[in-house]
Amino acid sequence: MAYAAGVDVGSTQTKAVIIDEDRKIVGRSLIPTGANVIKAAEDAYTQALAELRLREEEVEYVVGTGYGRYRVTFGNTQITEISCHGRGAVHMFPGTRTVVDMGGQDTKAIRIDQDGEIIDFCMNDKCAAGTGRFLGAAAAALEIPLDDLGSTALKSEKPVRISTTCTVFAESEVLAWLGKGKKIEDILWGVHLSIASRSAGLLRRVGVEDEITFTGGVTRNIAMIKSLEERLEHRLNVSEDSHYMGALGAALYAMDHILAHRAPRDSVEANV
Amino acid sequence: MQTETTITAEELVGRGNREGAQLFRDWFASLTETAENGGPAAYVFVMGSMNEVLKTFDLPVVFPEINSLQTAVRRVAHEFLDEAEDYGYSPDICGYVKADVSVQLRSGTHPMGRIPKPALSVLTNACNTYIKWAEIWERMHHTPMFTIDVPGSRHAGGQTWSGDRDFEMDRGYVEAQIWELIDLCERITGKKFDQDKFREILWYANDMSICWKRIIELNKNSPSIFNALTDGTIYLGVANGFRGTREGSEYFKRLVEEMEYKAAHGIGTMTDEKYRLVFVGVPCYPIFRRFNELFTEWGGTFINSTYLWFASGGTNRGFEYDLKNPVASLAEGFLISVRDAMDSMFHQDRAVSDMIEDFKVDGVVYHPIKSCRTVSTGLADARRALMKEHDIATLFVESDMMDRRVVSEAQMKNRIDAFFEGLAGRRDRARIQA
Repeated sequence: MAYAAGVDVGSTQTKAVIIDEDRKIVGRSLIPTGANVIKAAEDAYTQALAELRLREEEVEYVVGTGYGRYRVTFGNTQITEISCHGRGAVHMFPGTRTVVDMGGQDTKAIRIDQDGEIIDFCMNDKCAAGTGRFLGAAAAALEIPLDDLGSTALKSEKPVRISTTCTVFAESEVLAWLGKGKKIEDILWGVHLSIASRSAGLLRRVGVEDEITFTGGVTRNIAMIKSLEERLEHRLNVSEDSHYMGALGAALYAMDHILAHRAPRDSVEANV
Repeated sequence: MQTETTITAEELVGRGNREGAQLFRDWFASLTETAENGGPAAYVFVMGSMNEVLKTFDLPVVFPEINSLQTAVRRVAHEFLDEAEDYGYSPDICGYVKADVSVQLRSGTHPMGRIPKPALSVLTNACNTYIKWAEIWERMHHTPMFTIDVPGSRHAGGQTWSGDRDFEMDRGYVEAQIWELIDLCERITGKKFDQDKFREILWYANDMSICWKRIIELNKNSPSIFNALTDGTIYLGVANGFRGTREGSEYFKRLVEEMEYKAAHGIGTMTDEKYRLVFVGVPCYPIFRRFNELFTEWGGTFINSTYLWFASGGTNRGFEYDLKNPVASLAEGFLISVRDAMDSMFHQDRAVSDMIEDFKVDGVVYHPIKSCRTVSTGLADARRALMKEHDIATLFVESDMMDRRVVSEAQMKNRIDAFFEGLAGRRDRARIQA
């Protein structure tokens, strides 16, 4: 049995995925990236290997992805997270035509053709508004744990309108709404709607077509899923492994490499 | 005795870049001399410079756009931008304008020498910022600005041409303005307009136009013989600064010789040219070389660029002046070239679409820039229109031509890498289908 791995070094979290020849996820790990990017990649990979009790040499090919892909020093090659998220999404949801990936500092809209190939993409530009970081800033201002953001926001009955497009200024705006006596859930839902609006803009630039698959760390936030679905008027494909989609895509590319370079059994025997 | 036929490949290949760089230094040295002697100079712009008239009056031409981009290429633009912003200019204003304001505040001090003050400025309506920019000089130096209104523009596909009634009326309108400019130059310099000298300048300008058109066409060659982004910018500097001069004419004839030699001998800009790209927009000067490397590292090279069109003021059309009727012919050529330069910014999608097969284009890179909405607005639409018509890979990557604060190399690299991954995937699929 051959194994392949993908390591996705994101701005906030590092994910590692190991797949087998059937392209099934057999090992995964997720850790904070922190300041030492090389170590984060190594640690995530080591944890995924440990889960499977695999030795490093048993994994034939490793692809690094994410903004820190060139810091995956043990990787065999690097592929952008744009390609990897697209690949992972199509693998998990074969009908995918549009991907929205929301991570710590990037939101990407990716358009896929009928053959599962990426034909266009668009990303937020030098600004973290509309990304996970925007949610993080709001959570910090409201002193709500990140994991509780979604469930709290969904209690909203009268959301406020967050008008700023700057993550830094959003914190001030959140505090201003608090000062006006607005409920935390209404402010939070307003934050989600604001992010959904910006993300929808990115998606429309590449063209929205069913099925839409949502990937990245923010997929764990149920309010983000709901706000995006409402804004786009489309249902989103989301899986428990959506957070790992970039690493999965990288692992799939790694497996492609292994299988493409494996000598056919006949020729091996003939050579022998 | 060595003749042109005995010249070696080592001498010929790269000669245009070497000689272009030398001419550029010579130009700035002469501007420095003018500044130090307190001589008059004319401030002009790349889209409609009126070099032909101004040089007839021996007025040295200053291209503030080129001065500004040079601060970025030399990695000191931030000092100039900061100074202008400290003076009160908004971060949202054109970076070229702000760097130039700093040059003016520093009494012409520039990394390449000293820039003389303007005795007049000549501009067109090709860029709306030109007008506000020239007003700054007018206020700072109390010298006249002369605006040439170029009509019939921003109408791609519906243009009128020489002989059409509307065109002839437009030509007459431009010609009348040129005579007014001649009158102004006579008053400023105290010299009479010399028709013979003017004809000679037009003659040299014709050489340059013919050569420039030929050079761009020669890049249909595989492998491409010059990089439209890096080499092309050197050629553009000479095309602007030395238009209508013997040196400029000679330079471009020699450049054609070099390019024809490279084409005939299969000498490309890269040892392994994998992807032929078209660049749409203004270069990313703050990381000029690095930006290009982000593409060449993948085997991608720029074989054409809208910048080669509009930053040459439309000279790419190869218009030749009729020396028997010089002022009227200048008006005609000016109208056609400036109009084309503007169309290259606003309606480039047709031209890009037409070159995809001829130039064997693999991908088109759109580079909108933060500080120039004139050239950037509409690029998203142009890209969409192109993709609707052609199954071609495109990349939309935004940065700036001056301000490194909005240039993020890591983010650009991510997009560029993904673009090439897509190009590689396309090629693999095409191979499998074949």
